[in-house]
Amino acid sequence: MTSLEVKKLDAWFGRSKVLKSISAIAADRSVTAIIGPSGCGKSTLLRCMNRMHEEVRGARTEGEVLFGSRDIYAEDADPVAVRRQIGMVFQRPNPFPTMSVFDNAVAGLKLTGRLPRAELHERAETALHAAGLWDEVKDRLQEPGGRLSGGQQQRLCIARALAVEPQILLMDEPASALDPVSTLRIEELIAELKESYTVIIVTHNMQQAARVSDSTMFMLYGEVVEFAATQKVFTNPEDRRTEDYVTGRFG
Amino acid sequence: MSPVVAAGRRPLPVGLTRSRKTKDRVFTFFLLVCVALALIPLVVIAVFVIVRGTGAINTNFFTKLPPGPLDARHTGGISNAIVGSGMIVWLAVVISVPLGMATAVYLSEYGRGRIATIVRFTANTLLATPSIIAGLVIAATVVTWTHSFSAYAGSLALSILMWPVVTRATEEVLRLVPQDLREGALALGVPRWKVVLKIVIPTAGSGIVTGVMLAISRGLGETAAILLTALGNSFMNTAYGRPTSTITLDIYTWARQPQATLQELAWGGAITLMTTVLVLSITARIVSIRRQRRLA
Repeated sequence: MTSLEVKKLDAWFGRSKVLKSISAIAADRSVTAIIGPSGCGKSTLLRCMNRMHEEVRGARTEGEVLFGSRDIYAEDADPVAVRRQIGMVFQRPNPFPTMSVFDNAVAGLKLTGRLPRAELHERAETALHAAGLWDEVKDRLQEPGGRLSGGQQQRLCIARALAVEPQILLMDEPASALDPVSTLRIEELIAELKESYTVIIVTHNMQQAARVSDSTMFMLYGEVVEFAATQKVFTNPEDRRTEDYVTGRFG
Repeated sequence: MSPVVAAGRRPLPVGLTRSRKTKDRVFTFFLLVCVALALIPLVVIAVFVIVRGTGAINTNFFTKLPPGPLDARHTGGISNAIVGSGMIVWLAVVISVPLGMATAVYLSEYGRGRIATIVRFTANTLLATPSIIAGLVIAATVVTWTHSFSAYAGSLALSILMWPVVTRATEEVLRLVPQDLREGALALGVPRWKVVLKIVIPTAGSGIVTGVMLAISRGLGETAAILLTALGNSFMNTAYGRPTSTITLDIYTWARQPQATLQELAWGGAITLMTTVLVLSITARIVSIRRQRRLA
């Protein structure tokens, strides 16, 4: 059971409150999209789901995020252990510049434990396959990660996140810095990842949300306006504001 | 075509164009003159040291000891000072580089609030402190307690001067490492200390090396602090507990002698110092450029 449930979550940057009592649940092996205009708190919400939010100076949270049945904000919960189970892909590709493609793919494994060389190879290949990158890089594994194209770098970052075998993958606008072809490739990938992972994706692109997700959350000013099956949100939303947003009347 | 667009496309009046070009030329010329003025002292120093120093360089210079007071030939070498400089600066690097890097990592990755402000203020103040004060402090403490001038007292005095150089230079480059990389590693479940050690520091690598080179240059060139702590020595000494000479101390000693052959030792020391610093800097540049090429 690898669902993720957010319960009455509040979040602050210093004194300004950016999330107001968010409650929602992402089902096991589904894709949940979070949409909303800039500054509505969707990235912050995502970053609260693996305790990355607190890495920003002055940032804090209140409330619960249940991973399975455990609260990742419980007093005895270790943020490092949480992040190993709940991985994250960022908006801009961020491969480690001092590492090769291979080392980037298994960076999480190398930095958090010791595995025999052969197993590292196996895990790198599996992760690169899963990220749909293996065929393109199998002959350039020793090249620096920064030498790949933008789209390849982003898939390398996805491979890097998958290599540590998390149960949930959080994606923060993973295609917004990429060209249309690379974007399509990432979207296909998300559909494949759904078979084995719970994916939560923040996106600016409503067509993308409609294409890849099973359920969609619409946020405005730090609150959830509507959270339902994607089909319903985009064709028959309950809330007037959701309708205005998904039909492009503001945003 | 609308009149507005047409007006915008009208060529500039000839007079205006010409006056702009003239201003541009005058200003460019002014800047070139400034650059030339700034270069004059540098070139004069380099030429003097090369011309006077090259003559002093021979095998004896590197292998022999300086002449004693009764030596009528007034010639010899500064082998003891070269060894002394190496010993003292090496120990100072061993002390100040880890300390400076640790301080920089603290300031850039962990430091918050008042303590960080105090540490940064201390580093800045030390950076601007006259070196003789560092020498005085070590002289009043270590030299007094051990009842002896010594190479390690010299190294300690140099460490006080080199630590802030390493700290400030390293902190600057650590701050240049994109936050994205730290977050990328943290999100993989890598503990913070390992993120710093395996991602942040390697990414800032070449910048850190430059900072260390700056510190070594500062240490090699230091005289006042060494004078009060290591004192100097006319004989070969390889024990850290005894008074030791350095190249800068020898320059100071021999430049004040009346005999031209002894003054030559000072010029030889000067060119040795300059060449060492130059070779170190160039090596560091080559290493970091090679590394960058490999990555880009």
